[in-house]
Amino acid sequence: MNKSSNKYQGKINRFKDNAFKYLGISASLIGIFLLTIFIGNILIDGLSRIDLDFLTSLPSRKAEKAGILTAWSGSLWIITFTFIIAVPLGVCAGIYLQEYGKKNFLNTILEINISNLAGVPSIIYGLLGLEIFVRISKMGSSVLAGSFTLALLILPIIIVATREALKAVPPSIRTASYGLGATKWQTTWHQVLPAASGGILTGVILAISRAVGETAPLIVVGALAYVPFVPASPNDSFTVLPIQIFNWVSRPQHEFAINAAAAIIILLIITFAMNGIAVYYRNKWQKKINW
Amino acid sequence: MKYKLEAKNINVFYGDKKALNNVNMGIVQNAVTALIGPSGCGKSTFLRLFNRMNDYIDSFRLEGDILIDNTNIYSKQILVDELRKNVGMVFQKPNPFPKSIFENVAYGLRIQGIKDKKFLAEKVQDALQQAALWDEVKDDLKKSALALSGGQQQRVCIARALAVEPSIILMDEPTSALDPIATTKVENLIAQLKKNYTIVIVTHNMQQASRISDNTAFFYMGDLIEFDTTNNIFTNPKEEKTENYITGRFG
Repeated sequence: MNKSSNKYQGKINRFKDNAFKYLGISASLIGIFLLTIFIGNILIDGLSRIDLDFLTSLPSRKAEKAGILTAWSGSLWIITFTFIIAVPLGVCAGIYLQEYGKKNFLNTILEINISNLAGVPSIIYGLLGLEIFVRISKMGSSVLAGSFTLALLILPIIIVATREALKAVPPSIRTASYGLGATKWQTTWHQVLPAASGGILTGVILAISRAVGETAPLIVVGALAYVPFVPASPNDSFTVLPIQIFNWVSRPQHEFAINAAAAIIILLIITFAMNGIAVYYRNKWQKKINW
Repeated sequence: MKYKLEAKNINVFYGDKKALNNVNMGIVQNAVTALIGPSGCGKSTFLRLFNRMNDYIDSFRLEGDILIDNTNIYSKQILVDELRKNVGMVFQKPNPFPKSIFENVAYGLRIQGIKDKKFLAEKVQDALQQAALWDEVKDDLKKSALALSGGQQQRVCIARALAVEPSIILMDEPTSALDPIATTKVENLIAQLKKNYTIVIVTHNMQQASRISDNTAFFYMGDLIEFDTTNNIFTNPKEEKTENYITGRFG
């Protein structure tokens, strides 16, 4: 190769390098730009509408009187029960598949199915929940039925997150524990799980914050747009924030659109806060444990 | 002669690959026995037979008997966790748990169900003193073991193994990840420990084998080529392969 072609090649390489850098920058900026416009718009519309009355009022046909008390309390009920149902199941399944499961036919089938389930559209889970929980189990359109449905939806996410977190624990920790005479369960409980807990927690919080925003499966299960009371037990019917928002947005009056914007702000605050907690724990965990 | 550890007609397979070929060896009590040989010769596999660490490898298969105090440790009556309380192990890379120094050393006792705080504190101090680490860490036992230097971490791992009061300690290249000063400390420690423990050590470092061991076994391609006192192996080897290896002509 002669010298001039070498130089030419170097120029092309540097050009490609720069081109890619700017492509990357503009790609990220477009995303942030659109998000900023969207959030800005919502804030302008809705911020002035948020006050204590808005948070503590029941829904109403009159936009200025309507509030989101039933919606956010319904969301709270749903999150709580989804958490109680999905987390133990998901974490245990993840531990089994990662720590105990041998490479055999059954486990391979399980693994493939779990990855597939994570990609199933949420409306399908809604139909599943409608049949199994609402009808066959006779829970009706209750908080419990909704929670079971959402728990199914986020179960694969929690399982996958748990497995990834366990996988990140170095094998040397396990051998060290076995070497001292620990059983598999002692090793998992005392060493592997604590070391993986940050990762598991992050996955759980992200999964729950996904459940907070889900609408479609709950509509199918029978969450109502108009619920004039706060659920008092898991057997009561319910509504959630995204459904309330959907309901308001679909009305013609401008006042309801403002209500929707205000409710969106509340929903965003909840999900951002949960993601923030997840990020905080992840960083704290990474700082504490660097192998 | 009575042996603490004994390997009888040992053949080890990983799937179709034979890793150890008809190895017979007796290891005496309260002595340091070094296993040397080039990479892949089977010395680590051999070491791990004594606390059944190879059991976790799916394709592992063993023929022959491994005896500790004349009991076959691969017989069905043996509980692996009980066995490992008697046979401690120190690994190649320091692998402290991501916990405090105290919890690292106390772990082996805690999993046996010991909760008495005073007893634990005494045992932890005793183990750290035996591992020649007490004076360096006695004021920050609550500090994370991961914050220590590599050499200190390895001595935490040794203390951790000592705390459960084994009679045998297996060491798999315990100084290969350490700097020369930390290595010297660990080597001095091994010389101390031999009074109370039977030590088997795998090492890539032949000077180390000659410095610290009483007996040396030379492995090559899954065969035990020669096993004799360290003095004989290094000054007067009987096998040509041993001589070639220790003089640095291969390996």
